[in-house]
Amino acid sequence: MNPVDKRRREFLGSAAGFAGAMIAPGVFLYDYANAGVSDGASRPRSPAEPASASVRWGMLIDTTKCASGCRECVDACNRENGLPGTTRSTDSQWIRKVDLKDLRTGKALSVPVMCQHCAEPPCVDVCPTGASFKRADGIVLVDRHTCIGCRYCMMACPYKARSFVHEPTTGQKPDVPRGKGCVESCTLCVHKVDRGGTPSCVEACSAAGHGAIVFGDLNDPQSEIAKRIREVATAQLRADLRTDNGVRYQGIPG
Amino acid sequence: MSALASSSSARRAFWMLLAAGSLVLAVALGAAHYMEEHGHAVTGMNNQVVWGLPHVFAIFLIVAASGALNVASVGSVFGETAYKPLAPLSVLTTVALLAGGLMVLVLDLGRPERLVVAATHYNFRSIFAWNMILYNGLFAICALYLWSLLERRMGALTGTVGLAAFAWRIILTTGTGSIFGFLVSRQAYASGVIAPLFIALSLAWGLAAFYLAQCGLARLAGQEAWDEALHARVRRLLGIFVIAALYFVVVHHMTNLYWAKQAAFERFILVSGTPYPALLWGGYVVLGTAVPLLLLFHPRLSGPRATAAASVLVSLGALAFLYVFIIGGQAWPLEIFPGYEASSSFHDGRVDGYSPSLPEFLLGLGGLAASFLIGLAGARALPILAPPKVAMPAAAPAK
Repeated sequence: MNPVDKRRREFLGSAAGFAGAMIAPGVFLYDYANAGVSDGASRPRSPAEPASASVRWGMLIDTTKCASGCRECVDACNRENGLPGTTRSTDSQWIRKVDLKDLRTGKALSVPVMCQHCAEPPCVDVCPTGASFKRADGIVLVDRHTCIGCRYCMMACPYKARSFVHEPTTGQKPDVPRGKGCVESCTLCVHKVDRGGTPSCVEACSAAGHGAIVFGDLNDPQSEIAKRIREVATAQLRADLRTDNGVRYQGIPG
Repeated sequence: MSALASSSSARRAFWMLLAAGSLVLAVALGAAHYMEEHGHAVTGMNNQVVWGLPHVFAIFLIVAASGALNVASVGSVFGETAYKPLAPLSVLTTVALLAGGLMVLVLDLGRPERLVVAATHYNFRSIFAWNMILYNGLFAICALYLWSLLERRMGALTGTVGLAAFAWRIILTTGTGSIFGFLVSRQAYASGVIAPLFIALSLAWGLAAFYLAQCGLARLAGQEAWDEALHARVRRLLGIFVIAALYFVVVHHMTNLYWAKQAAFERFILVSGTPYPALLWGGYVVLGTAVPLLLLFHPRLSGPRATAAASVLVSLGALAFLYVFIIGGQAWPLEIFPGYEASSSFHDGRVDGYSPSLPEFLLGLGGLAASFLIGLAGARALPILAPPKVAMPAAAPAK
C-alpha cells in the first residue's frame, strides 16, 4: 500500500467515525422521541414545535382504586404548581377529592375532580378575550396575559374546576406563572407533558401504590388509556352536556 | 341657558348635588383601588359565588339603561308626539345608567387595567364579547339620537335613529339576559326565558329610573315635572311594565317547578334558602311589585309623589330581585354527580355563604353616583329638560 492510499484510508476511517459520532445521538434521540408514541405516553417537544391535533391527552380515574382520605394527588398538584394548599373559600384548588355517597345504596366513593379538559369547553366559549383556550392536543389552558379576571368562565364551567386568584401570590414556580386577578385551573401539568413527562397527580397516585389514574393519548389505540376505555365501562361527568371530556371515570355510572 | 342655571338657587343646588355625587364617586373609586391592591379576598366573593354585589348594581344599571329609552321610543318609533319633548332626557338617562353600570363592571374585574385587552381581543363565540360591542354601539347610537333630537337640522334623522336605538336596545337586553341564559350547567340560569324576562324587567326599571330623573331635574330647575294627562299615561305604562316583569318572573319559576330536577333549587330560592326567599318575596314581590302597583293604580294615590315612591320601590325591588337571581343562583351548588351526596374541601354539594363587604357595596354605590353625575352634568350642559308644561295633543287623550 502506497503512502497516499494509506492516508486516504485513514481519512475515510476518521470521517466515517466522525459522521457516526455526529449522527448516532440524533438517531438515538429520534428513537427515544418516538418510542413513547406507540404506548400513548408523551414525548419531548421543542418549544418551536406546535401541539399536535393527532394527540388528545386524557386521564382515566379508577374510582375503585381511589382511597378515601388519600390526598396524594392533591398534595402533589399543590407542590408542582406552587399552590398554597390551603382550603379557604378564596383559595385555589386545581384538584380536589370529592367524597360521594350513593343516595339509593349508601355506597361511598372518593374521586379526584379537576379540569375535565373538554373537547367542547364552555369556559372557552364564554371567555370574552379568548384567554381561555384549548390546545390542539386537547389541553384547556388560561393565557395569563389576556385574562381580564371577569370570572365568566367560572360561571360557565360545569365542574367547578376553576379558581380565581383572590390575593397576591407567593412561591411561584418558574414553569407555572400565576397572578392575582386571573383565573386558573389544572393545566394537566402541560410543562411536564411537553417535556415527555406525566402529570404530577398521576405520578403521586402511582407512587402511593394506588395506580388509580392513567394518563395518555386517547387518540392512540395502542395506549393503555385507550385500551382500558375500550375494555371497561367508563363515564364522563355531566355527560348530558356533551362536552366530551378528556377525563374519564371508571366505577361511577355514566 | 340651561334650566338648571336659571336662578341662583338652582345654580347653588346644582353645584351642591354635583359635589355630593362626586364625593360618593371618589369614595367608590377608593374602594375599587383597595380591592385591586388587596385582591378580591377583601370582598365577600369567593370561588363559588364569583359574582357579587357589584354585579347586582352593574346589571341593574345596564338593564335599566336600555329601558330608560322607552320614553324616547314611544315618541320616535310609535309616533306618540306627547312624549317627544321628554325624549332627550330619556336618551341622556340611558347613557348615564349604562356608563355607571359599565364602570362598576370594569372596576370589579380581576385585572381592570387590562381593559385595552378586552377592547382588542374578541372571542366572537362569547356573548360577553358581543355585549361589549352592543354596549359601545348603544353609546354611539344614543349620541346620534341625542344630536338628532337637539339639533333642528338633524331632526329628519330622528325617526330612523330612534328605530335603530329601539332595535339595538332590545338586542342589547337580549344579550344581557343571555349572559345568564347561556350558562347551561347552572340550574338557576340556563333558560331561554331569561332574555325576554330581562327585556320586561328593563321596561319597568328603566321607566322608573327615567321618572325619577325627570322629577328630580324638574324640581331642581323649579319647573313642574309633568303635564297631568301625560303623567297619567306614564303612570299607567309603568304599572303595565311592572306587571309584565312579574309575569316573566312567574313563568321562569313555574317552568322550573314543573321539572323534578329543579325542585330542590326552587325550594331553596322560594322557601328555605335564607336570605333569598325573604328578599324575593318581601323585597321584589311585595315592596318592589305589589306596593308600587297599589301606588300606581289606586284612585286616591294618583299624584306624582305616589308615582315617585312607586319608582323608588321598583328600583329597590330590582336590586332585591338581582341579589336573589345572581347571588342565590350561584350559592346553590353545581350538581356534578346526580344521585350522589357530595362533599369536599371546595364546597362541593353545599350551599355557599356570601357576605358582601363594604368596599364592594361602595363600588356599587359609585355606579349609581356616576350615573347621577352624568345625568346632572348632561342636563346642565344640554337643553335636555322638557318645557314646564308638556302639551297633550287633542287626538291622544289618556286612555
